[in-house]
Parts: sequence; structure tokens; C-alpha cells
Amino acid sequence: MTGEQIMKVTGILLENLIPTLKIFGFTLLFSIPLGLVVAALKMCRFKPISWLTNLYILIMRGTPLMLQIIVVYYALPFLKTATKGTGGFMENLLSGVDPAAESFMFTMVIIAFVLNYAAYFAEIFRGGIESIPKGQYEAAAALGMTKAQTFFRIILPQVIKRIVPASSNEVITLVKDTSLANVVAYSEIMLAAKQQMMNYSSLVPLFIAGVFYFVMATVLTALFGFIEKKLNYYR
Amino acid sequence: MSILSVKNLSKSFGKLEVLNDISFNVEKGEVISIIGPSGSGKSTLLRCINQFEKIDSGECEICGITMTKNDENGKAVYADNKTLHDIRLKIGLVFQNFNLFPHMSVLKNITEAPVHVLKQDKAQAEKTAMELLGKMGLADKANEYPCNLSGGQQQRVSIARALALSPELLFFDEPTSALDPELTGEILKVIKSLAEEKMTMVIVTHEMQFASEISDRVIFMDGGYVIENGTPDDVFNNSQNERTRQFLERYHS
Ligand SMILES: Nc1ncnc2c1ncn2[C@@H]1O[C@H](COP(=O)(O)OP(=O)(O)OP(=O)(O)O)[C@@H](O)[C@H]1O
Ligand SMILES: [Mg+2]
Repeated sequence: MTGEQIMKVTGILLENLIPTLKIFGFTLLFSIPLGLVVAALKMCRFKPISWLTNLYILIMRGTPLMLQIIVVYYALPFLKTATKGTGGFMENLLSGVDPAAESFMFTMVIIAFVLNYAAYFAEIFRGGIESIPKGQYEAAAALGMTKAQTFFRIILPQVIKRIVPASSNEVITLVKDTSLANVVAYSEIMLAAKQQMMNYSSLVPLFIAGVFYFVMATVLTALFGFIEKKLNYYR
Repeated sequence: MSILSVKNLSKSFGKLEVLNDISFNVEKGEVISIIGPSGSGKSTLLRCINQFEKIDSGECEICGITMTKNDENGKAVYADNKTLHDIRLKIGLVFQNFNLFPHMSVLKNITEAPVHVLKQDKAQAEKTAMELLGKMGLADKANEYPCNLSGGQQQRVSIARALALSPELLFFDEPTSALDPELTGEILKVIKSLAEEKMTMVIVTHEMQFASEISDRVIFMDGGYVIENGTPDDVFNNSQNERTRQFLERYHS
């Protein structure tokens, strides 16, 4: 490939950086709070809820994310086909589903990513919460603090410090996992790189894509290193 | 009026009866030591009075406020949550393992509850905290984090933290057991100075010499029963009870 072609491909990939970052950002935005909820459900003392939550976590962690994306993406279109002509409520509801639409693709990709990552974050949060010694709860209770005060002022800050290393692994994995969205033809860096590879019969576009991921992962690694250092003011 | 009155308190964990029919009073300004072999129920008794364990039966009154009463079947019934919270604030608790909040500075550890529980003004709470730290000889450590302090210093901070809520009654559960022997002295000194200020205290301890020096009364527990409740002289020197004498003999070597 010529220098000019390389510049052109780089430009195309750069445009596709935005959808990649959108998957990354939205997944974090929703999976972290959902992960906290899932962690709370798993620690629920009412056993059936705890078991159901555990089953969800097992499935999310035990099957490939790529498979989950495909399932989530095709579920509604298939349902639409199945309910065609019934004239019922479901048909009405699903009439707007257009699997080729950019917004539909994006929504389904985000749902799949969020469901998957929430399971991983939930396990990290649960591990962090359970690692805080009982004495911290008792000291807070003896000082008359409410349950909410105890959690948000005493427990959570300590949990955050403890889960930064494990979370940083997840977040860096997520950057690379965004490339899986290409299985449903959502255009992001990976899909664009594959198209350019075919276009030019060259591996250079993939190499450029690799550099993109590498730079993002390295920036995140540095960022988390910085956060860990910042939180190191106590042991 | 007693600061603390416990009547016929019983508590079991499943089949294991840990506290049997415990009764004792603590009067204002009194210092009481609770001694006894490991597993005799000393910590459980403290944890019951501090609402960390549920009492099966018995009547507990703190500063005239009823925490538990027996119903007609002799089962303990607790007061409502508001009352239980009020009672909690009347009692300060010092743990064996300090249980300081590691992510907060020494000063913040002490002001946290006054500011967020008692809704005190922050500046006022900090002023009080600095005075307490001064009394503990730790004024220069206000901005340190607990991990940078020695065990003895951490325990003094935790005493200051409990005192910051101006409790009517201070409980200690083996305040020196987690400390190196050379650090126990500084804690015992602090407790002694609190006793001189007529702070009402209940101290679970294995430091017999200290208990006999500082206490107005000593309670000896064994197997979940209060075996003795008397002056240090009664318990340490003139006990007629075989179990008490056997227990004390092990400390006289
Ligand atoms: N949460 C619990 N569940 C079941 N058994 C318990 C629990 N806490 C304490 N026990 C049991 O209750 C008994 C009394 O324990 P406790 O800790 O009150 O003794 P202690 O007098 O404080 O002993 P030590 O001097 O070793 O601190 C022991 O047999 C202990 O195993
Ligand atoms: Mg104990």
C-alpha cells in the first residue's frame, strides 16, 4: 500500500473510532450500576433471588460474548417474523423493528455488552464488598451510623480501592471486546478494517486497527495506574 | 439510677448456651472489670448489650431507657428502632482490633460520627476532636492515616473516636490484647486517666494486675455464668470460690 492509501485507510478507521468509543462508553455507563445491583441481588438473603442471580452470572460468564451478541440481535427480528399476521399486540409492538437500522444494531449491541459486563462487574463488586472486615460495619454501627451511611461512607470507598486492579482488567478487555460488534455488521473499527483489508488485499488496515486498540489499551493502563497510585494514600 | 442494669440475661447460639441468667448493675462513675477464661462469654455479653447479638431473654436498661423487656413467655422484646439508636449513642465501644476507618485520617475518624450522626457543626467537631487527641497525646497525628500509626496509637485514636460522642458509658473488649506487650502500658494509662475523670467504664481484660488496681468492682465469669461480683480485694484475695481461685492461680506465676 502507498503512503497515500495508508493515510486514507487511517482516516476511515479514525471515523470508525467513534462507534467503538460509543460501545465502550455506554457499556461502562450502564454495566457498572447494573453490576452493583446484580451484586446486591446475589448477596440477597432470600435464597431463590440469590440462586437466580447466580444462574444469570454463570450463563454470562460461561458462554461467549459473541454468541450473546448474536442472540440478542436476532431475538426481536425472529419474534417479529413469528408473530407476523397475528394482528396481535406483539405484532404491533415489533412493527418498528428494523434489523438493518443503525440505531437498532447499536441498541442490541449495547444490551448484549451491558448484560455481559454487568455479570463480570457484579462478581468484582461482590468480592470487594465481602472482603471488608465485619469490624468496619460494627464500628460504624457502634457510632450510630445508619445502614446507608455505613455503606456509602465507610464500605464503598474501601471497596473501590480494592477493586480497581480487577476492574482495570475488565475495562481494558472491554476496549478489545468492542470489536465483537462486527459480527452483527455494526460498523466500528474492526468491521471497517476488514472491509479495507479486502479492498486493498493487504493486512496493513488490520495492522493500523491493531495500533488503535493498542493505543487505547495503553492509555487506559496508564490511567488506572494513576488511579491506583492516587488511592494508595492508605493501606 | 444505674447507668446500666442487666437482669437475668440469657443468650444461646443454637444449642450452645453462652450466657446464663446474667445480672449486674453499673453505677455512674464506676469502673468494672470483667475477667474470666476464654469462651466464658465475656465478649458475647458486651455484644448483647451493644445490640450486635440478639438476647433470648432478660431485661436491659441503659441510662433509664429500656432496651429489652421480657414478654409473658419470658422472651426478650426489644424497644423500637429510634430508642435502640438513642441507646447506642449512650454507649461507646472500644474494640480489640481498633476497627478504625482506614480510608479516613485520624481527625476524620473522630469527627465522622459527631458530624454525620449528631449533625454537629464541622468546626466544632474538629475542635473537640483536637482536644481529645491532645488528651491522648496524639495532637500531632491528626492528619495521619491509621496505617501509619502504631497499634497503641491506633487504639488511642479509637478511644478518642468513642469519646467524641460523649457516651455515658464506655465499653472495652480486651483493649490491649492485639498490642505488643510494650504498648499495653500506654492504653492502660489512658484508661486510668479516664477513671480519674469518673468516666463510667466496663472493661473486659486479661490484665489482672491492672483490673485490680483500677476497678471499683470485678466480675468473674465462667461457662456463661457470673461467678463473682465484688471488690477487687474480694475477688482477687478473698475468694471462697474454687473456680475463681483456680483461674487466678494461672495468673500468679
Ligand atoms: N457468633 C457466634 N456463633 C456461635 N458461637 C459463638 C459465636 N460467638 C461466640 N460463640 C461462642 O460463644 C462462647 C463464648 O464466646 P465469647 O467470645 O463470648 O468468649 P470470651 O469470654 O470473650 O472469650 P475470649 O476471652 O477468648 O475472648 C464460645 O464458646 C464461642 O465459641
Ligand atoms: Mg472475647
